[in-house]
Amino acid sequence: MHEPTSEPTAEHTAEHTAEHTAEPTTKPTAPTVQEQAPQKAGEHDPKPRTTALVEPLSDTDPLLLDGDDIGRILRRIAHQILEQHPDASSLVLMGIPTRGVPLARRLAAAIREFAGTEVPVGSIDVGLYRDDLDHRPTTRLGPTTVPVDLEGRVVVLVDDVLFTGRTIRAALDALADLGRPRMVQLAALVDRGHRELPIRADYVGKNLPTARHERITVQLAEIDGLEGVRLERRA
Amino acid sequence: MLTADGPVEADVHVRDSAIIDVGPGAASNQAGGETRVLDVSDCWVGPGLVDLHTHMREPGFEYKEDIASASRAAALGGYTAAVAMPNTSPAIDAGHVAALVAARGREVGLIEVQPAGAVSVGRNGKELAHIDELWDAGCRIFTDDGDPVADAGLMRQALEYVGGLGGVVSQHCEDRGLSRNGHMHEGAVSALLGIGGIPHASEDVMVARDIRLAELTGRPVHFQHLSSARSVGLIAEARRQGIAVSSEVTPHHLLFTDKEIEAATDPVFKMHPPLRSEIDRSALIEGLREGHIDVVATDHAPHVAADKEVPFEEAANGVLGLETAAAVVNTVLQPDITQFFDWLSIRPAAIARMETQGRPVRAESSANLVVFDPHARWKPTTYASKSDNSPYTGHRLTGRIRHTLFSGRLTVDDGTLA
Amino acid sequence: MKHLLSTERLSAAELTRILNMADEMAEVLERPIPKVPTLRGKTVGLAFFESSTRTRLSFERAAKALSADTMSFSAQGSSMAKGESLRDTALTLQALGADLVVVRHQAVGAPHRISEWVDVPVINAGDGTNQHPTQALLDLLTIRQRFGKLDGLQVAIVGDIDHSRVARSNVFAMSALGAEVTVVGPPTLLPRSLDGWPVRVASGIDEVVESTDVMYLLRIQAERGGAQVVPSLPEYVSRFGLTEERYERMKADSVVLHPGPMNRGVEIAHGVAEAERSLVLAQVRNGVAVRMAVMLTLLGGEAS
Repeated sequence: MHEPTSEPTAEHTAEHTAEHTAEPTTKPTAPTVQEQAPQKAGEHDPKPRTTALVEPLSDTDPLLLDGDDIGRILRRIAHQILEQHPDASSLVLMGIPTRGVPLARRLAAAIREFAGTEVPVGSIDVGLYRDDLDHRPTTRLGPTTVPVDLEGRVVVLVDDVLFTGRTIRAALDALADLGRPRMVQLAALVDRGHRELPIRADYVGKNLPTARHERITVQLAEIDGLEGVRLERRA
Repeated sequence: MLTADGPVEADVHVRDSAIIDVGPGAASNQAGGETRVLDVSDCWVGPGLVDLHTHMREPGFEYKEDIASASRAAALGGYTAAVAMPNTSPAIDAGHVAALVAARGREVGLIEVQPAGAVSVGRNGKELAHIDELWDAGCRIFTDDGDPVADAGLMRQALEYVGGLGGVVSQHCEDRGLSRNGHMHEGAVSALLGIGGIPHASEDVMVARDIRLAELTGRPVHFQHLSSARSVGLIAEARRQGIAVSSEVTPHHLLFTDKEIEAATDPVFKMHPPLRSEIDRSALIEGLREGHIDVVATDHAPHVAADKEVPFEEAANGVLGLETAAAVVNTVLQPDITQFFDWLSIRPAAIARMETQGRPVRAESSANLVVFDPHARWKPTTYASKSDNSPYTGHRLTGRIRHTLFSGRLTVDDGTLA
Repeated sequence: MKHLLSTERLSAAELTRILNMADEMAEVLERPIPKVPTLRGKTVGLAFFESSTRTRLSFERAAKALSADTMSFSAQGSSMAKGESLRDTALTLQALGADLVVVRHQAVGAPHRISEWVDVPVINAGDGTNQHPTQALLDLLTIRQRFGKLDGLQVAIVGDIDHSRVARSNVFAMSALGAEVTVVGPPTLLPRSLDGWPVRVASGIDEVVESTDVMYLLRIQAERGGAQVVPSLPEYVSRFGLTEERYERMKADSVVLHPGPMNRGVEIAHGVAEAERSLVLAQVRNGVAVRMAVMLTLLGGEAS
């Protein structure tokens, strides 16, 4: 399994485009394929990786959350998770690539800080479970890693933006093939509404009411080299 | 116009089946009345073309082509005569089969069809065919085409017997031991594709052998569809030694190489002998220009789509040629009028011992004439042949047949069958 | 990429993209439920004009792991035996609803021809002695798993090169990724022309046995006439066979690959086939992952 390739910005990731905008749009720039040696499952390089392909966002796009806001939100969600699950040892955090994975890692770090418990972190790619193969290519997939047997565990799916709900539907399907957890919950950094499926998050960082044609762009230091959530207004 | 005095600007006047007058103003003297005047300024007028190598497929394979459809294709290509290859079913190895083919040709009446006789019974390469019967039925060229006469002893007998009658043995030059499992020219392209190769030596060794047999017997040999640079050299050397050797090259070997197969392995480029390298192609062109090779012959070999809608290795050999040969020769070699008619009419008629074909235009001879526009540009799309296995479809060609007269009758008028 | 017919023109980037995806597919195959719904509702037509149990099973397994339906066609008992043309057979498969056609054929270029007649993607599963691109991809994947890369590796392909579609596919794919390939075989089993082949030539296995990282063995293709052009099998083994003695002389981290089926005792000694550094079974496992990746690539569209 190879590492997740560095992404330009969140809006460019194939598996998130449908989540963020109503219409499946073609990607404005082609992602680069990084040629690299394969790694064994679980050997992901945790260090932030950036590439020259990061497109600076326009200054005119309003910054909705900055890095400090994101930090505060994640600490609050970690507290909420611990409130509901005082015995943190049953927890597993499964990030949805690309940006759900570093978010899950940050949540795990916060839980370790608050409760002293090391919560396993995995990733669950939904590319193979999407229902729109004919519309968009699948040729770039993120990693799926299951750190522990999920039987009897509480799995918290972690994603950056909750939008139509289709990604979460796909993640639930994927999860069902990976094991049988006792309970599945969902944590999202941002909920921007416009659900197309009966799905809601158990832990929401920030509700951001948006118009369908707008885009929410999430940047995280691990992926993008900088932090922030912006509203991108498109013509 | 190509006349006995060489190329001149002139008119030609035809009445019934004969030419009655040639010269400046020959037509204007007779204009009016029942006479039709064709204005063919800027065109070449000469003897109707003669193909030494046509597979008419009749009898036996009429679903691919028959004498009627081959005659139509030939007329459109400017031909007034063609030699029908004997690899039919049954083979033309006895007098009655040859007589049938010749009679069918006369019945269709668009060209003169001269059957070629097989060298061996059933083209089996073992015992001589009924050469005397075949001769009497009009055969002048004898060949097992499609297969070589592999046995040198049998070839010697054929040269002696046919030569004694005044005819010529025409050899399909291929050593089967060397071409076994081969489907295309052996070289970089075949190695890359993994398709079995046919080395040029497969042709060369047979040419070399038969030159020695022609020398031994003192009888002429004709080599069909040359493909290899080495064989051109062997023939040039034999002629310097005074050995009676003639040869032909096909239009497709003048235009294409094995590179055509690399992209799509399209069986429309599969034939025997195979398209070879650029070195070979250049040598064939040079050999024709230098006079080592006498004739351009089509090896017109119709196959229906089902025979070509298969992978390359499983496809039948051969391509169409009658309707495009003159244009391909003109496009590739840009000949003058003398060369053009030499290669396509005069020399082939001489090799086939045809008496009323392939003569420069002159009064009192048979009115077998062709009008060729050497400047017309076109792309072949459809064919009068029953098959459409042509590698020239969509290919830009220069030069087109305007009119064909067979025995004084217009068979092709302004590019279409009359 | 519309079809996968040959490795000859695949770039390093294209090869790497497929291999990266094959890594993900290998992970899917290790899951408790080794199946994903990605190609649900799609039908993969398997047109095997030449019988091949191994390759057909591998493609079937790959299609099913992606939840595609499969529709099998084999030359035996089919209308091919009744003289139906290749084109008619191909159009029939398409009319029956195939979204992708996998073609195995005894003749060179059959998949290329079919790709001109049908509107759906075509995967070449081996055409005569021309190409077998998914075999090359699975070999690349197997080598990359072991060495982490192809670049700079010494690869020796030994045996009946002329009759091998596996060799033709591997030579170009391996060298595109930077491996240095040497072909080894008797003159009558090497292609008559190596113009344009990115290879060196060695005339005996002893020339490469101590220097090669990957020893890739091919069997003599008796059915394609390969057996008639070597003097005898014992002579062949003495110059080209990977005996246990030669295996011992190979580099400590070198590996042995074979596309199967193996002729034990000829190109590969029994003990070598079973040896620790023989990756034969890993090749078979990787075949499924690679074929999944290729199907996804062709049916999922192009990323760039």
